[in-house]
Amino acid sequence: MTKYIIRRVIGLVPAILLLLLLVVVMIEMIPGDIIDIMLEEKLGNDPESRIVLEHELGLDKPLPIRYINYVGGVLKGDFGNSLWTGTSVGSLIVGRAWATIEIGIISILVGSTIGVAIGAISALRQDSFLDYALRSTAILGISVPSFAIATGVVVFPALWWGVSPSLRYVGITEDPVAHLKIVILPALVLAIGLAATLMRLTRTTMLEVLRQDYIRTAHAKGLGQFPVILKHALKNALIPVVTLLGLQIAFLIGGSVIIESVFAIPGVGRLLISAIGNRDYPVVQGVVVIIGLFVMFTNLVIDVSYAWLDPRIRYS
Amino acid sequence: MVSESAPGVTASSLQIRERSAVLRWLDYARSFARHKPLGAFGAVVLVLLVLMAVFAEFVAPFGSLETNQSIALEGPSFTHIAGTDQFGRDVFSRIVFGARTSLYVGVSVTLAAMLPALALGIVSAYFGGWVDYLLQRLVDTIQSVPYLILLIAIMVILGPSLLNVILALSFRRAIVESRIMRGATLSILNETYIDAAHAIGARDLRIMARHVLPNIMPTVIVIASIGFGGVILAEASLSFLGYGVPPPTPSWGGMLASDGRAYMFAAPWMLIAPTIALGVVVFGVNMFGDALRDVLDPRLRGST
Repeated sequence: MTKYIIRRVIGLVPAILLLLLLVVVMIEMIPGDIIDIMLEEKLGNDPESRIVLEHELGLDKPLPIRYINYVGGVLKGDFGNSLWTGTSVGSLIVGRAWATIEIGIISILVGSTIGVAIGAISALRQDSFLDYALRSTAILGISVPSFAIATGVVVFPALWWGVSPSLRYVGITEDPVAHLKIVILPALVLAIGLAATLMRLTRTTMLEVLRQDYIRTAHAKGLGQFPVILKHALKNALIPVVTLLGLQIAFLIGGSVIIESVFAIPGVGRLLISAIGNRDYPVVQGVVVIIGLFVMFTNLVIDVSYAWLDPRIRYS
Repeated sequence: MVSESAPGVTASSLQIRERSAVLRWLDYARSFARHKPLGAFGAVVLVLLVLMAVFAEFVAPFGSLETNQSIALEGPSFTHIAGTDQFGRDVFSRIVFGARTSLYVGVSVTLAAMLPALALGIVSAYFGGWVDYLLQRLVDTIQSVPYLILLIAIMVILGPSLLNVILALSFRRAIVESRIMRGATLSILNETYIDAAHAIGARDLRIMARHVLPNIMPTVIVIASIGFGGVILAEASLSFLGYGVPPPTPSWGGMLASDGRAYMFAAPWMLIAPTIALGVVVFGVNMFGDALRDVLDPRLRGST
């Protein structure tokens, strides 16, 4: 087990170095000289401030040196400073992270509970009307884009009942109740897609597990319906579901970019979108790196726990 | 299934073989529809989408760019069944022409992603070792960036255009699919006929092209059809964030985003029509892809 974990952690190193390389090269590839745009909008275009600015951004050095400097910075936790405000990228992200994490956690809790419950029910009532209805609803849930649902949630209650959700963000420290009211709606919208995806997988794995001999044995030795379903079937059916949940985290973060824009939540997703709009490249780089690292580590944790649950994985 | 060895059914099996290919396909279709009614519904939606896109000029009552300020932001009526937008353009007609964009993007991306995904997946699995290790770390890295963020980054680098949307989506799709192709190839490589091919001295390229490729085709078809809906949604999401197909080309995502949201309280029909269009099409495509997977490659259940 320790060997497996060590192998996986070492495997992360080239992936992280590649991610940082991608992020540095990405800036190089963006058309239009950043310096030109910045000088025009900020300082006035004289040769002296050009040299100062190039030096400040480290753009006077060749690409390999910039890459090494960036890797060194990230190792020390330094992601550079915002081009416009001068604030450190790290503190910008930390300030915005809470809203995104909170929405993520609520939607994972709600989405996985509903998804697993409905998936299990659907499998137990295979090919019944209820099964068909639940499955169709789930496919519908992944067919309608989250931004359409989000927009609908804002518009239609307002048109029909004159109720509109507040789009003015309130921090959790200012007013916890008002804060929760604001984050709950985007979290629920994100949970729909998650629940639908998990429902489909839970149903499939549950159907497979229900056919196993040990389920028949459990029934045969006189165990009640509920203990068999919960302890024997669902527990085993959930292993692949947990893996998928890990993979869905990257998807959730992608979705939060859109949801945060619709609901005007000051999270990491909106930070990224506005940074791209302002061509604030250190911020863009920092957000992409942080999210990439987060996704890689989540997948590592999932893989390790999976290997712990199912020893066969360790040796493949 | 008609078994040739069983006595008494030989005549009927011959009869089946003599029937024309068209009739045989009709038989397949009928049996598909009987066993997979939801999948058949999806197939019908797909066919309607294709017809609507190809014959857009005949289906749409108005031009997609035909403006008329005097009827701007009017609700649904007999002449404009889905209402009009802020320039007085007929929303229904724009939906019909928008089908062209969605279909064009969906088909191009699916086809463009297939070849690199196959090459990457087969090569990675076939050679194994450090080739596999390096390629898979590259795939890991790209997959660790949430898809929308990756797509936006590519669009910022390439600049806005329909072609670049297709390029960005194809890149992402190829990376995702290559993982599945790699897995499919790995399972094929254990088969005896691969050993046999090695034994008679077949070269690597020949084994990959003649033995591996044909045997992972079911997986390729299934993954492509399941991915199709995701591609349409991703295009819509990109357009929604302002990095998609540039206006005035009608795109369902774009209609929902810039125009629809600007007038969402004054003219909610501008939101309803593209939402329904997107929902129905992606729903149909997903249903069809699911049914196809069950029929062609049940092992893939739950992988996407």
